[in-house]
Amino acid sequence: MAKEKSLYLKRNDGRKFDEVRPITAKVGIVPSADGSASFETGGTKAIAVVRGPRTLHPQHKQDPRTGILRVSYGMMPFSVTDRIRPGPNRRSEEISKVSEWALNSVVDLSEFPNTVVDVFIQIPQADAGTRVAGINAAAIALAHAGIPMKEMVSAIGVGKIDKTLVVDLDKYEDSDFHDGEGSTDIPVVITSRTKKIALLQLDGKISVPELKEAIELAKKTCEEILKVQMKALKEANRSEGKKK
Amino acid sequence: MSETLIPNLQKEKIIEYLSEGKRLDGRRVEDYRDIEVEMGISKNAESSVRVKIGKTEVLAGVKLGIAVPYPDSPDEGTLMTSAELHPLSSQEFEIGKPGIDSIEIARVIDRGIRESGLIDVKKLCIKEGEKVWQVFLDIFTINDDGNLLDVAGLAGLIAIGNAKIPIYNEKEGKIDYETPAKDHLPINEDVASFNMTFHKIGNSIVADVSKEEEAISDYRLSIAMGDNKGEPRITAMQKGKSGAISAEDMENILKLAEDKWKELFPKIKKYAFGK
Repeated sequence: MAKEKSLYLKRNDGRKFDEVRPITAKVGIVPSADGSASFETGGTKAIAVVRGPRTLHPQHKQDPRTGILRVSYGMMPFSVTDRIRPGPNRRSEEISKVSEWALNSVVDLSEFPNTVVDVFIQIPQADAGTRVAGINAAAIALAHAGIPMKEMVSAIGVGKIDKTLVVDLDKYEDSDFHDGEGSTDIPVVITSRTKKIALLQLDGKISVPELKEAIELAKKTCEEILKVQMKALKEANRSEGKKK
Repeated sequence: MSETLIPNLQKEKIIEYLSEGKRLDGRRVEDYRDIEVEMGISKNAESSVRVKIGKTEVLAGVKLGIAVPYPDSPDEGTLMTSAELHPLSSQEFEIGKPGIDSIEIARVIDRGIRESGLIDVKKLCIKEGEKVWQVFLDIFTINDDGNLLDVAGLAGLIAIGNAKIPIYNEKEGKIDYETPAKDHLPINEDVASFNMTFHKIGNSIVADVSKEEEAISDYRLSIAMGDNKGEPRITAMQKGKSGAISAEDMENILKLAEDKWKELFPKIKKYAFGK
């Protein structure tokens, strides 16, 4: 690590630097959907709903070679302390797009020409890391809907608080820490089998060796998250099997 | 929004069953599905709730902000209600600007709260003519299995009934969301009401419709009923769809509404005001 002593020696909520907040995942939360899941990390809650493949309208947007994945991310008006106006905004549009790219790297819709698969991500309660929680929920929901996927994806926010690398930043670490080098936020999505990076964003200041270390940390943490995702899917399979 | 399509065969089946007083899911015509309420969906809201009636599920949250009062009511807080019929909750909803269904739901709920005087808006004045509390009620649909209006209305009432006012730091002119709020939103519990929607299907009047029943009904009538010293009192009504109500049906609907109100209202008051 860096020679100089970091100003962030103890995490605000007492976690270890490489420790994620408590995670829960649940499958099948919206009965009328083709696939659905919730994913919670500490105070951040995300739900994802999959509808499709279904015929895409208007027709000129259809692709005769493949189905299209369409992701829409949004925060509920009451998910944060300062109410958000309902409907899309610049931030949500961008997050929708980067999430779509990340999920598209593993989804294969070539068997479903002219269709669309809609993924709706919503955040009922936010405490930083909403896009990665949303992507984790979306990946589970896509698998639940039986959409062909080459592999799974898992997502985590890693970051640097002053000079200390941490995983799964909470709101304090993400927005309220300004001492020293401040806070660097790095959402990462890792594919489950080939261990590729399907999403990478960065906001802050970081050296190349530190970034490399952060990505390794993300890869390691995504293994943990993948286990939670797979467990939720298996449990859903079992309970849905019982009902039949 | 595209219409729910119900095959003729299913339509005939529903009507045939109803003529014998039965429904496809085993309920009687006047039965509501089970009501489930869970508080505290978002810790960042002044109150938030998940309400399920059967498989129809809605989230509602209340947020408070500071606003300039309207010139014609300089000493009164304001209310803004929005409803998102989000495409995640139904095959028929589309993304984009609010359609007529979500506008209607938001307006019916907003009127029910505003016109009844449920919120004591005078107590929401911070400085006359300059600063008042603004109450945002946001409703978000999670799963549409019929009768969204009643579920959304109930969620709205419970969210408003449980909302607290955050601390306002006058010096900095900012709301302090960190310090836990103590004061409840000023409420006139006496005027609280529950919105019940009845649909005319075939020759029957049906309460708490499923999605399929909703799609084939001739008309619907929503009645919000509150408590006037133990007797039901109507506080709002809204007729929907193009069928017309006969005098006889009107009698029957009102009778049914009273019965349902007596059965459900005590429970609903408990959810909304904890008593």
